[in-house]
Amino acid sequence: MANPPAAAAAKATLDADFTDLYRTHLRDIYSYSYYRVGNHHDAEDLTEQTFLQAYRHFERAQRESRGRPLRPWLIRIAHNLAANYYRDRSRRPQTSLDDAGVLSEPHTTADLVEGRQELQEVLEGVANLPEDRREALIMRFALDMDNREIARAMGRTEGATKVLIHRAIKQLEESLKDDERGE
Amino acid sequence: MSEASNFEQLLRSALVPVDPPAEMTDRLERTLTELTDAAAGELADWELSAMRDPRNWGRTVAAAGVVAGAGAALALVRARQQHQKRNVQGLRALEDSVRGVLSDVEKRLGR
Repeated sequence: MANPPAAAAAKATLDADFTDLYRTHLRDIYSYSYYRVGNHHDAEDLTEQTFLQAYRHFERAQRESRGRPLRPWLIRIAHNLAANYYRDRSRRPQTSLDDAGVLSEPHTTADLVEGRQELQEVLEGVANLPEDRREALIMRFALDMDNREIARAMGRTEGATKVLIHRAIKQLEESLKDDERGE
Repeated sequence: MSEASNFEQLLRSALVPVDPPAEMTDRLERTLTELTDAAAGELADWELSAMRDPRNWGRTVAAAGVVAGAGAALALVRARQQHQKRNVQGLRALEDSVRGVLSDVEKRLGR
């Protein structure tokens, strides 16, 4: 028969583990959500929903992860919620992102204007990529995830993920060059 | 530096991590705390009567598992809340999730 004090001890361990997960990945989930939807308001909703979902299923996820990192699982929750968000509201990600704080680092005025323009074009290019390529780039560059983690988050092999990222970068580079030529 | 790695550097500069707004963090942590308290309350009420009947002991432990998930955020939330008392904004879609978790608890308790 199960022993209530043992269950309480297991609960305390689970509590501590979820707290760690939350602390470690709150910024990751918010960043992912922000670059997926393109505005802070909806990114907040997605982040909140993601952690509430995670908290509902944490015990099982931890058991099934067999010690592997849970960040890909969290990202997958956020991905599914974002997909529902687009489906329900028939929206596409905004190409013009709210101020992410990215463009506010100190530079000379000329650098700042030129740098802002360039980064803005990159962000718009990312937002216009097909969904899987966009996601892969967000995970690689905003979240600094390696191929293995990205593969787990996307349900692909590591090889397929490597190819996906390579193609995403190529496509983005080409589209930015095309834009330059067109100006 | 090669052209490819230059471009990757540019991508890294564009896609910097974004800090969540403090208001959202407070709201989320407050929600998790409220959820935990509600789940713990459900369990405590039920336990008082059910624990007298050995047939219910397994269900009590199962319910404790649900509450465990709910309690997970407590450690960090309590400390923050002591010095961050702010007005609660609308919870929008969060309310559905909260109801969902509480419904889980009730189901596990067999209500």
